[in-house]
This record gives sequence, structure tokens and C-alpha cells, in this order.
Amino acid sequence: MRALEVEGLARHFGEREALSGVSVSLEMGQTLVVFGPNGAGKTTLLRVLASLLRPHAGDVRVLGSTLPVNAWEVRGRVGLLGHEPLLYRELTARENLMFHARLHGVGASRVSEVLDAVAMSARCQEPLRSLSRGMVQRVAIARAVLHDPQLLLLDEPHSNLDPAAVELVAPLIGAASGRARVICSHDPAGGLAQADRVLGLREGRQVLWGEHASPQQIAELYR
Amino acid sequence: MRRAVGALLRKELLVELRTLESVPAMSLFSLTTFVVFHFALNRTSVEGDLAAGILWVTLLFAAILGINRLFVADADQGGFDGFLLAPVDRTAMLIAKALTLLAYLLVLEIVAVPAFALLLLAGSLGRALPGLVWVLLLADIGIAAIGTLVAALAVRTRARDLLGPLLALPLLVPVVIGGARASSPLFTLPRSGGPAARWLLTLGLYDLIFGLIAFALFDFLLED
Repeated sequence: MRALEVEGLARHFGEREALSGVSVSLEMGQTLVVFGPNGAGKTTLLRVLASLLRPHAGDVRVLGSTLPVNAWEVRGRVGLLGHEPLLYRELTARENLMFHARLHGVGASRVSEVLDAVAMSARCQEPLRSLSRGMVQRVAIARAVLHDPQLLLLDEPHSNLDPAAVELVAPLIGAASGRARVICSHDPAGGLAQADRVLGLREGRQVLWGEHASPQQIAELYR
Repeated sequence: MRRAVGALLRKELLVELRTLESVPAMSLFSLTTFVVFHFALNRTSVEGDLAAGILWVTLLFAAILGINRLFVADADQGGFDGFLLAPVDRTAMLIAKALTLLAYLLVLEIVAVPAFALLLLAGSLGRALPGLVWVLLLADIGIAAIGTLVAALAVRTRARDLLGPLLALPLLVPVVIGGARASSPLFTLPRSGGPAARWLLTLGLYDLIFGLIAFALFDFLLED
């Protein structure tokens, strides 16, 4: 089973084409890094792969299940870390994670485990609104991996994290996690170092695809 | 399903306890409205259709405040996406939200009905209370089903604060009519009769129909 098999994916919002003719594939355990300027369609791609948006054309198979018809098979096997932490500001980190744990049928011990892993146990009883953005991002990472997903969809996962925190979360969302990953990045050096596959998007169109890309090719995407 | 409904309901009540955004506003609105009626009518006691009308119109507008806020935290803080990513039946959200709204309405009525009695029924509900509880419960179920459906529809639009009441009010008019007609005999002096059975039945039927409509449509409202 492949983590991803996408052929000719298109998605539009009204008249605007957010994605058009995107074709990628990814084996289990591999990492696909997506580059592209703001508005290139990276977030839309992640949301389609997470089954939150319907593809309007093309074939999309995630973890062997066809979207959107079998989207229910994908839910619970994918971890999404987007721009929004998907956490409630008035609840504490533990309450937020317990809420998601109940939805995913995960036990309380796993919540403690992931809170320890992101070094948030000491402040897990404080409302999220009182935490720094970096701490909220760490809790969001804990939420994304809480149910031990096979595929991680990460949209600039290190935003708001300091270098120590980046190291801290590496076992959860890094290559060492062993999960298939799709990472949206604006960091050519960091992104290319992790990539087994590289996808470049510009204005919703696939302009770069392959096993390798040079930093110059990535820089070209942003011009 | 039970696990998901429990998780959602617990989260809803925790968020409301922390923010106190809905229930205090609904309660305060109803208290203020009864005070306004008390002085505007310049009467310490009203009865029959007038009493029932004042009670139900006030409860309707107070409910609208809660309906408008029902999905705001989910829409603004990514709660919809978090829920949609979980391997649970989407109906769980409908049930949990409807139960949340029902809980808000019950708390509202615990505050509003004694205030109504104090300000506009010369201080006593007398024998009307047991019958009124049944009318309130049946009407609340209808308001919860319709309110949840309308709130889910409105919250993803830019004009959600406007669209919610615009959609909810016409759909809730039959509940208000049913509630007022059913409870009118309870407020008619001397207070000896029970609620009007025909209108209780109408409320029950309306609850059933809109419960089924909400069940059938809710999944589609969560789709992109």
C-alpha cells in the first residue's frame, strides 16, 4: 500500500483554481516536501489529503482509500498540523488533548505520554490562551500525533518553535517517527534535507516533481 | 457514537463554563425584557394569552442569543476540522450541540420563569408549574433541533450574526405559537386547567419532524 497516489488532482474555489493537474505518489515511511510561494495551493493540497476538502477532479488515494468516497477510512489514520492548532483557547492543554483522545478512542495514558514528549506536562493545566505561540504549537503537535497516525500532513510544522523545541518534537514528527509525511515548507535547505520526494507548486500548478531538486530550483519557484 | 457525543458535550459545557458567553447573556436578556414589560404595561399581573405571549416571545429571543453563539468557538478555533478528522459519526456533533442548547434553555428557564412569575404573575405560578414544565420541555426540544440546524448553516457564512436569526425566527414561529397556545390555559384565572393537549401534540409532532430533518441534513452542512 502506498501512502499517497494522486493523479490529476484539481480543486477550485468558485472561479479560482486552487489546484490543477497535481500528480504525486509517496511510499509508506517516506517524506514529500511541498514548496511554493504563498497562495500556491500547498494548504489546499494538505486539506484535500486530510479529507477536509473534496477534490473536484482527478484520482486521490490516501493510505489505500479513495477520496472522497471512502474518506471515512482515512479519518483517524491521518494527523494534520495546519496553520490553526485545532485547539480551544479556553481549555487547558490536557483538556484539549483529552477531548481529541476521546474522539479517537485513545486512552488518558497516551495523553500524558505526548504531553511529556513535547515537554508540556508542567503547564498542561493552564488555558491555552495563556500559553505562548510556541507552546501552543507544541500542544498542536501532540494533538496531531496523539492517535499515532500513519500519515502526517504538516504545514510549516516548525513555525513559532525555537531550535530546542524543534529538536524536542523531532521524534514525533521527524523522519525518525517512521511515518509517511507531507510537509509544506518555505525553508529550502531544511526541506530538501528531509525530502524523499519534492513537489513545487505555483498558482496551483505542479511545476516541479521528483526525487531531488536543487536549492536553485526551489529559489526559482519564489521568483 | 456515545463516546463522541459525551466528549463533545463535555467540551461544550467546559467552554461555556469558562467563557460564560451564552447562558448569562440569555438569562440577563430575559430578565431585562420582563422588567421592561412590567413597567411598560404598568401591571403587576397579566393572564391568559397575554401572559403566554410575553413568556414565549421573550424565551424565543433569548434562545436566539444562544443559537447564534452555538458553533462560534468551533468555527473560529478549528473545532470543525478537529472533529471531522476523527473517525466518528458526524451525527454525534448534531446530538451534542442540540443537547448543549437544550441545557442552555433549561438553565435559562430556571432563571426566567420565576422572574416572569415574580414580575408579571403577581408572584405565583400556583398550579400552573407542572403543566408548564411539560410545555417548556417539548418546546425546548424543538428549539434545540431547529437552532442547531440553523446555527450550523449560518456559522460558515460571513453574515452569520444576521443569517442565524433570519433563518431561525420563521422556523421557530410554530414552536412559539404551540408553546403560547398550550400554556395559555395555565395562565388563565382561576388556574385550574392543564395545558392544551392539542397544542402539546402539535409541539411533539413539530419536534419529531424537525429532529428528522436535522438528522438528515446535518452531515451535508459539515461538508465543504
